[in-house]
Amino acid sequence: MTAVRPGSQPPTRAPDRSLSLIVLAIISSALLLISQERSWLAALPSFIGNILKNPLVASLVLTLFLANLLFAYRWNAQLWAKLLVGGLSLFLILPWAGRDNTSVFDLAIQIGIFAALSLGLNIVVGLAGLLDLGYIAFFAVGAYTWGIFGSGQIGKVMTYFKENGSNGPLTLIIGLALLIATALSLRAINRVKGKRTPAANWGFLLAALGLVIGVILTVRGAVILASAGTALGSGVNPNFFWLFLILAVAAAASVGVLIGLPVLKLKGDYLAIITLGLGEVIRVLANNLSIYSNGSQGITPIGSASVPWLDSLAGGLGFSPDQYNLFFLYFLVLVIIAVIILVNMRLDRSRIGRAWIAIREDEIAAQAMGIPLVQTKLIAFATGASFAGIMGVIFAAKQTFISPESFILTQSISVLSMVVLGGLGSIPGVILGAAVVTILNISLLPSLGEATANLNLPQQVNPAQLQRLVFGGILVAMMLFRPEGLLPSVRQRRMMHEDDDVAGNLTPQDSIAGELNPENAAEVYSPGIATRADNERGGGTQ
Amino acid sequence: MDFATLAPFLVGVIVSGLVLGFVYAIIALGYTMVYGVLQLINFAHSEVFVTGAVVGFEVFRVLGDSPMNGYLKLLIALLAAMLVSGLLNVLIERLAYRPLRNAPRLVPLITAIGVSLILQDLIRIIEGFQGRFDLTYRLPEGFSTSFCGAESSCAPIGKFLGTVGIQLQLKEVMLVVVSLIMLGGLNYLVNYTKLGRAIRAVAQDRVTAGLMGIDANGIISLTFLIGGALGGVSGVLFGLKFGTVNAYSGFDPGIVAFTAAVLGGIGSIPGAVLGGLVLGVIQNLIGVTNILGNVLGLANLGVIDSSYQRIGAFLVLVLILIFKPTGLLGRSNTEKV
Amino acid sequence: MKKTSILALTLLGSLTLGAASAQTTIKIATLSPLSGGQSDLGTQIKNGAQLAVNEYASQFKRLGFDLSLVGYDDQADPATGTAAARKIAADNSILAVVGTLNSGVAIPSSAALAPSHVAMVSPANTANQVTDRGLKNMNRIVARDDAQGPAGANFMVSKLKVKSVYLLNDKTAYGEGLAAEVKKALQAKNVKISGDEGTEEKSDFSAIIQKIKLTKPDAIYFGGIYNQVGVFLKQLREQGVTIPVVGGDGLDSEQMVTIGGKGSDNVFYTTVAAPAEALPAAKTVANNYSKTFGKDIQGFGLFGYDAAKVTLQGVLAAIKANGNKLPSREQVETAVRKVRATGLLSGTVQFNSVGDRQSAKMYIMNINNGKFTLDSTISVKAPTQ
Repeated sequence: MTAVRPGSQPPTRAPDRSLSLIVLAIISSALLLISQERSWLAALPSFIGNILKNPLVASLVLTLFLANLLFAYRWNAQLWAKLLVGGLSLFLILPWAGRDNTSVFDLAIQIGIFAALSLGLNIVVGLAGLLDLGYIAFFAVGAYTWGIFGSGQIGKVMTYFKENGSNGPLTLIIGLALLIATALSLRAINRVKGKRTPAANWGFLLAALGLVIGVILTVRGAVILASAGTALGSGVNPNFFWLFLILAVAAAASVGVLIGLPVLKLKGDYLAIITLGLGEVIRVLANNLSIYSNGSQGITPIGSASVPWLDSLAGGLGFSPDQYNLFFLYFLVLVIIAVIILVNMRLDRSRIGRAWIAIREDEIAAQAMGIPLVQTKLIAFATGASFAGIMGVIFAAKQTFISPESFILTQSISVLSMVVLGGLGSIPGVILGAAVVTILNISLLPSLGEATANLNLPQQVNPAQLQRLVFGGILVAMMLFRPEGLLPSVRQRRMMHEDDDVAGNLTPQDSIAGELNPENAAEVYSPGIATRADNERGGGTQ
Repeated sequence: MDFATLAPFLVGVIVSGLVLGFVYAIIALGYTMVYGVLQLINFAHSEVFVTGAVVGFEVFRVLGDSPMNGYLKLLIALLAAMLVSGLLNVLIERLAYRPLRNAPRLVPLITAIGVSLILQDLIRIIEGFQGRFDLTYRLPEGFSTSFCGAESSCAPIGKFLGTVGIQLQLKEVMLVVVSLIMLGGLNYLVNYTKLGRAIRAVAQDRVTAGLMGIDANGIISLTFLIGGALGGVSGVLFGLKFGTVNAYSGFDPGIVAFTAAVLGGIGSIPGAVLGGLVLGVIQNLIGVTNILGNVLGLANLGVIDSSYQRIGAFLVLVLILIFKPTGLLGRSNTEKV
Repeated sequence: MKKTSILALTLLGSLTLGAASAQTTIKIATLSPLSGGQSDLGTQIKNGAQLAVNEYASQFKRLGFDLSLVGYDDQADPATGTAAARKIAADNSILAVVGTLNSGVAIPSSAALAPSHVAMVSPANTANQVTDRGLKNMNRIVARDDAQGPAGANFMVSKLKVKSVYLLNDKTAYGEGLAAEVKKALQAKNVKISGDEGTEEKSDFSAIIQKIKLTKPDAIYFGGIYNQVGVFLKQLREQGVTIPVVGGDGLDSEQMVTIGGKGSDNVFYTTVAAPAEALPAAKTVANNYSKTFGKDIQGFGLFGYDAAKVTLQGVLAAIKANGNKLPSREQVETAVRKVRATGLLSGTVQFNSVGDRQSAKMYIMNINNGKFTLDSTISVKAPTQ
């Protein structure tokens, strides 16, 4: 990457804002708690109470409170102030508000889930530059992994195989043999240097097909064998939840590899449409393989682990027993997000992270530098998928119900919009993107409709009905005003403005663009993924 | 089941798949035109297409009682839809894509999604003010008559077609005819006119085309106009064939049509058509796989029924792209560093 | 500066508007998709409920309560629905919920509402699981899949005398669940199943129709909603297939005729809503609906109206039991479960211990020449728990 040129970004530090950060945090926390705590609300003059009770105001207060975390991260303030605000907000105020209003918990968990999904997709799209439009499939894999085992569904599966399954050991052996053989041959084919012959292509295809069949047979064999032994009427022991968190990661990552293997040779939009298709394949399979997934009827109730000391802590803090689960999941999401962020930061600076970016920028050059293309892309796919997988488990546990309609294409598109909106390749950016989109969709926009419920607006212009329109408008506006994303990654920003420092000296590229398109001369010049190619052809500055 | 019943059945399935394919093909052309010049997946095209369908609905509704010739009504509907959808597409380009011409590629993709959400609700609101949600085409009498069945009153040629399984309605024939005219026209425009050369030049290299004296932005607007007009036509044809649309019914055919465009080789005009036709036929064949399975004695195929139609098409796409990574008719340009 | 302060004052004023009156507010919520592809159906539920609320507002006023309706949007998405349900739970003035459209949303939302004892009356969920979980707050006024399915199957066997049936469904919890129950009942009667498949396709049914023409069944059962089945019917009839088509209460809509045209002839469906001719009240409601909302009422509007009425009668009973004071949510939950709601478009509603209708008349309606007529009546009982 380009090194920081001297003087390119003069270090103008903003004034210290520790005090304003703390004051703002106190005000917003107080407002949030007052608006959720009914007894406090009642004590206020009814005029103020009514304002705070207004759904729109309540939602804005909640948003402002969550924005504190952003300010704590962004503002120039003392470290202790940042930690204090962040820590108290996440560990004290938010659970407190959640006790009185579980929708706060729900929102926080949902933001966490989508933040993890965005971070995962960010690796695939933002770092490795592989446009994946079927990302939600991995989320589904995770959700079903726990959904099937954490509910009575596994009992049904076993009963089915007890009655209909035959010859478990043989199926298992054939499956395993096929699995190993095809995996080895895939590896062998991938190792062959030079141009692919049609024979190699066919071989690859056959091997990939065999691999899928091998996996199916292995799983089937294992299930038949297992069903002969035990009967799991109401799912596995909830304490296996922890195991399934890991299993879901493994399952999602393997599905990522399975999907990736045949398609990662493709480029750009060909890859986009294939991944979109394969995402749909997973959903349709979930809808059709009723034996395992209960089809469109969905699986319920799905259990979740319980941590006795956390439960008693929650009990001591005045949470009611039905809230223990949310309490537990909230903190679990926080821990997982923290881990995912750490992993992301490590990856970003690691050898593999640089390999991803190299592939994004120029595949052929990257290959020439000795980066194994397929392998590197597969790792990106699998890593991205694993984040979705683990959050799938949380989602299943939170909802206690999953059905294929939660994993539709629009969800994939929604996660993609979070990543782009936040800033491709930027870890804080995509988290912010996820938070903004989730808050808009779950809290702010619906509250518009709720706040105007009594105004008797005509049906057609009722805000309750216009959520998607408003959301679409916000999406367009944000992208027009901040095409680099809300918090662009430092690396990306540097690239986009690599010519800015040559003050007044228009590069040939710029001047052509300027002549061509005078009214756009002032626009952000940002050679992102696409315009790299334009640069080549334009014979620009490189 | 024997061959004598199965053959006309299969012919019928394939023919109806081809008719469906023509609808996909025309929608796919709209995607491919825009993609060709901007390398942008215009997600809003499905709403441009629905707008065309809504305009067509309104034309047939307003002209419903007039004694005007049915073909004339169809012509008016097509022209009106072309105009409205084309202008809408130009407007979308101007407002949502042009300011982002130099931004990373994914950014206009997201604005496209945003525009698509806005348009969906706008269409619903506009029709909702008149108490409508599902819009049912009021077609002139006779459009739905089957061209010929096995009835005795048929002309010999029609009777023959009926026995081999081809049973088309008048509107389906019109659909194919209109599609062919549009395809021919587009082909002529792009390949044999000065304007077409300009479009191709801009698609190839915007900057150099600008140096050659081509107004690149004007050409891009024009391409959006053509793409939108194609979307309008396909909307009316969709309404003609299926009879009912609503503000949200563009999404599914939009995705399939985009798949068709990719299958044919995105950016290639004949490719989009071929892709549409192939997908139409394949979708229908997958829908009847269970019947074929029963006949051929492959009981395991029995589970593959119409619920797999869509993903079957995707799996075929995977297969084809593994062998031809740039689609059926796409050119592979050699990349250099 | 002055302008801003005036603006701020107006804003404040408008925010407190409505809540300023001295009377206690009782809110009823609806939870249904108000935006997106299913917004038409969800809006009908909300509008139907709004009519019922308008009707009861004066009665509540006399008792000293301001009655109002808040429409929550679940976007037909389970996660969004759960989030909305938790918001409802947090708003103490909401005593009960009418909803949802999709079983997939009803199941997690009712579970989220259960701890805060918010009663829920569903106008549309037929999936067995919805009440099989035995939640105290979940009730429904429509017939379960395993009541509606056998009713449709029996009708086909006894009245239509079918020997073979082609089963279709829309791949949603509603349609697939219904079709599965029909299949079970038909198999028990040794009827041949010529085909059984689902399709998410909304427009093109050519492959399915070719298969139907090939297998020549005596009747088709389509578990789906009118806007999909209507399109299917049109194409089916255009291809010259005239056999009867049977469905569930998802077909209860005038739109069947608008969309299907002549194709909607020879169509039957099972529903708990009485035919409009049999009930003069239905006509008044329909007129009111089109006057208020500028749209014609459809089946989901009627069910939404009924469900809201059941809810409101439950709330009234709770108020009465509480000595004309504001009842708690628990009291409302119990009262709704125990209510004997009358004056509905679908007859009298009483719930059993899990919230299913104790016994209901089920009507088999027939569409012919664009007219809806009553074919026959069966009484169904909720399965004993």
